[in-house]
Amino acid sequence: MPPLTSRPPTTPVLAAETRHAVSVVLNGTPRTGHAHPRLLLSDFLRHELGAHGTRVGCEHGVCGACTVRLDGVAVRACLTLAVQADGRRIDTVEGLAAANQGRMTALQEAFRRHHALQCGFCTAGILMSLTDYLGRNPKPTEEELRDMLSGHLCRCTGYAGIVRAVMDVTGQAGGVPARGPAEGGHV
Amino acid sequence: MKPASFDYLRPATVADALAALAAGGDDARVIAGGQSLMPMLNMRLVQPRLLIDLGRLEELRSLRAEDGWLTVGAAVTQAEVLARPTLAREVPLLAAALPWVGHVQTRNRGTLCGSVAHADPSAETPLCLVASGGEVVLRNAKRRRTVPAADFFLGPLTTVKAADEIVESVRFPLARPGSGHAFREVSMRHGDFAITACAATVDGERASLAVGGVADRPTLRSWPLTAGGLPPDLDDALNAFAWDLGGDDDQHATARYRRDLVRRIGRTVLEEALSCRR
Ligand SMILES: Cc1cc2nc3c(=O)[nH]c(=O)nc-3n(C[C@H](O)[C@H](O)[C@H](O)COP(=O)(O)OP(=O)(O)OC[C@H]3O[C@@H](n4cnc5c(N)ncnc54)[C@H](O)[C@@H]3O)c2cc1C
Ligand code: FES
Ligand code: FES
Repeated sequence: MPPLTSRPPTTPVLAAETRHAVSVVLNGTPRTGHAHPRLLLSDFLRHELGAHGTRVGCEHGVCGACTVRLDGVAVRACLTLAVQADGRRIDTVEGLAAANQGRMTALQEAFRRHHALQCGFCTAGILMSLTDYLGRNPKPTEEELRDMLSGHLCRCTGYAGIVRAVMDVTGQAGGVPARGPAEGGHV
Repeated sequence: MKPASFDYLRPATVADALAALAAGGDDARVIAGGQSLMPMLNMRLVQPRLLIDLGRLEELRSLRAEDGWLTVGAAVTQAEVLARPTLAREVPLLAAALPWVGHVQTRNRGTLCGSVAHADPSAETPLCLVASGGEVVLRNAKRRRTVPAADFFLGPLTTVKAADEIVESVRFPLARPGSGHAFREVSMRHGDFAITACAATVDGERASLAVGGVADRPTLRSWPLTAGGLPPDLDDALNAFAWDLGGDDDQHATARYRRDLVRRIGRTVLEEALSCRR
């Protein structure tokens, strides 16, 4: 264990009523905004940096709509303070196509093909969870995938399309045909 | 739902954090992963004047097995512990129970020490700590003390931790050779808090069962093995344990259902622990 030392605090306290500079690398681009200590990262992204792709649902960590990647790792933006993100990398749904020559990524395309979204409110968060998760577990079983998806609420799809899209994009489509354009549906 | 105003400190050292905590008194709070505290702040159930962030302190990032203990520092996340390749061998109960703590996305920030400090009666980490005979290492600006898990929890969100102390680390004894371990829980959906959670350990002489979600804190009881097997009167013993735990009705389940779960899942995990002794 480290030795016990007694020193007075040397780091500055960020005062409640002051807006403090918060610098992040948002989707690869350095950005600076200002935040009271109480400002949630979700609100900082949307209101201060104008990145509206990240959705806000429950604001207590249950729905997953606000999920972003903080230094690569999927976390709830509504359970993170903007000041905690200072100096860190944040990736949001806007960055997916931006990093892919402006075209939707294979995962996003699979979501479209498989009707993995209807209203889309949950989608940004799910895509950010998946990009982190599939990086660590490139071929999840359906059970593993559904466990990961338990961190997201989707009120529209019943998750079946989401599961199909992921199984497809991870090359495990076996027996779950795409519904939609291939069957003559509307895009 | 937005938090009320507070000052925010990201201390450079643990000593800085402890000095600020001592000076702040009841108006100061530490934040680790924020996965329990941020919802409480957003709902304004708590309104501290000062928030002290432990989350990025290198000193609190220790995660190591030595001298018979797995020590987990206050800044180590649930995801980091779960990703430890040797965890299932070192502390099998944790390896079995941590996947039930919230979701991938909350485990990426939530800490074990934060869950122990928070002391929700149905939380899995305090249960595993009690079940395995673990310890809580507390530290304030002046001294460090170690409290056995069995003495640490006093009731819902209540522990022996003083306001000027942090949980510096939690320590789980490494599983002994020849012991068996099993964990099960029942919750509304995977990732929700447990209605009832049971953790069993069987070694050469004793079978023990820890139960979360029924009494106001995780509670352990143990029985001697009979001729190498579970006690013949186990059903009676579990029934007595269930009644002693009591439990309350709430929106998820009745106390009676919870006691039933103790009798049934309790037996199941004890049998599983007995049969998987290595
Ligand atoms: C959607 C969702 C589902 C969840 N499901 C579960 C579940 O099924 N089971 C479960 O057990 N938990 C669950 N949780 C809670 C979560 O796992 C938390 O991570 C955990 O309870 C607290 O750890 P933390 O690091 O996030 O602590 P924080 O939220 O930062 O702090 C919690 C409390 O502990 C205090 N504290 C934190 N660290 C310390 C320390 N080192 N010393 C002293 N005090 C400290 C804080 O002041 C605060 O009062 C869930 C959370 C969410 C959002
Ligand atoms: S808005 Fe963050 S989890 Fe619901
Ligand atoms: S598509 Fe509407 S909530 Fe998921």
